[in-house]
Amino acid sequence: MRIKKDTLYSFLLVLPSLAAVAIFVYGFIGWTLRVALSQWTGLLPDYTWGGLQNFVNLFQDPRFFIDIRNTVIFTLVFISGSLIIGMGTAVLLDQNIRAEGFFRSVYLFPMAISFIVTGVVWRWLMNPAMGSRMSGLNLLFSSLGLDFLVNQWHTTPVWGIAAIALPAVWQMSGYTMALYLAGLRAIPDELREAARVDGASEAQIFSNIVFPLLRPVTLSAMVILGHISLKVFDLIVAVAGKQIPLDVPAIYMWQTTFDGYFFGRGAAIGIFLLISVAVLIVPYLVFSLRGEVEL
Amino acid sequence: MTRKRPRLWLYVPLVLMTVFYLIPVYVMITTGLKGFDEISLKTMWALPSDGIHFDNFTAAFEKLAPYLWNSFNMVFPAAVLSSILGSLNGFVLAKWKFRGADVVFPLILFGMFIPYQSVLIPLVEFMKQTGLYGGLPGLMLTHVIYGLPITTLTFRNYFASVPKEMVEAARIDGAGLLATYGYIFLPIAVPSFVVAIIWQFTAAWNDFLFAVVLTNPANWPITVALNNMAGSQIIAWNVQMAGSLLAALPTLVVYIFLGRYFLRGLMAGALKG
Repeated sequence: MRIKKDTLYSFLLVLPSLAAVAIFVYGFIGWTLRVALSQWTGLLPDYTWGGLQNFVNLFQDPRFFIDIRNTVIFTLVFISGSLIIGMGTAVLLDQNIRAEGFFRSVYLFPMAISFIVTGVVWRWLMNPAMGSRMSGLNLLFSSLGLDFLVNQWHTTPVWGIAAIALPAVWQMSGYTMALYLAGLRAIPDELREAARVDGASEAQIFSNIVFPLLRPVTLSAMVILGHISLKVFDLIVAVAGKQIPLDVPAIYMWQTTFDGYFFGRGAAIGIFLLISVAVLIVPYLVFSLRGEVEL
Repeated sequence: MTRKRPRLWLYVPLVLMTVFYLIPVYVMITTGLKGFDEISLKTMWALPSDGIHFDNFTAAFEKLAPYLWNSFNMVFPAAVLSSILGSLNGFVLAKWKFRGADVVFPLILFGMFIPYQSVLIPLVEFMKQTGLYGGLPGLMLTHVIYGLPITTLTFRNYFASVPKEMVEAARIDGAGLLATYGYIFLPIAVPSFVVAIIWQFTAAWNDFLFAVVLTNPANWPITVALNNMAGSQIIAWNVQMAGSLLAALPTLVVYIFLGRYFLRGLMAGALKG
């Protein structure tokens, strides 16, 4: 049978990739889980069974509480900022704007840059020094008479992490805009025309037709941005280095594992991050792939 | 269709947002062009007044050149290899399915979203045991493998839009698996290759986490070297800004000239086809 044989070949064709993903994704996750359940501290691997001790310790660790709090604050500011700016600019650009292509390209270009470059530049912009050493955005605000905007950025106690969300919004809001714009373009014009004929105002059209139709876009954007914010790492390192007040799970994992050799604890943080991301992503994947039609 | 003409006030928020997105670029370029005496805190928003100092770029380039080179050497092969494998996977998973292919695809896709912290310890152990730890080939292999989900997705979505009749017609003409891929699907997949390669190029170029964990200082790619340079107190801000611009330039150039494909890669990442 020709076709049967070809199907076997087709499996062989993807086998290298399948094996790579099976080992490097699933095998390694299993391995990390095993490390998380061990007592491995120190340079040499030690797989002595430790049960859930690493997880228990983690949840009693004050530093991990700071991490969770920071992640929550960061996520809220980052997602709401990106959604508001993204939707706002998309709606504006959908108004038959001249030079739409130019605006779109400018809004989206930060996506092409690394979080490291963004972080290095924003560290300079968000210089927290006050008084005669004032610089960066604070200096700009102050010289424009907007002194109430002058603040300590990421050195603000407790809420400092919110300042780090600002460059993240700068980087990702254009992407959110692109998602919304694609959603807006998928809404048939007839729908709006019909509403106009019925005497609806533009504001009514937006709140009763466009906004509800954009809900799926908002949901995907929240999932995508949410999983990025759970993984945030390089941006914080580039703006502020490794400081406890601005700590997040990804940085804690890196430091405790590779600087402190607490491999068991590092693995536990890795598994914790994985579960948090999976809770968001798995339903999203299932939902996105369901209802695909075959041509 | 009668769409209303745009009202002028709409441009006010659009221009304000343009300023917001370009502020860091303004600072990066003007500071990068200033002389050392001019980069005091007070004048950071001013344009360079004491002539244009390209020597910052020369200085930054001298410091960063080896690392830029490391990045190029590692990123190009990674992007191309990952895209070739992705195109084979995409072809099979869209048009030549084996039993279980529809289960395998989401399992591959999930690899795109995992926090890499959950594979980092085994990855380092693996690299140490295979002798790849510290060098560029190990980092390249890492980017090839963790790039597979997105490249597979890119090609699979594109090939899924090709009518099934194409495969059947080829079969009737006696073409087997490889001939169908090579003569029919490969030639029409050129735009997808552009999307996959520039997307992988950008992702691998901008990566920091894998690089900082897997390479030793001699093999640092540009992101790690730049972060290290920015952390030092000795190097002046104008040189740091020039360095940032150099580090951002390759992906920016790709974005400026191939933005359309770049956007498609972005949309694919959100599973939007």
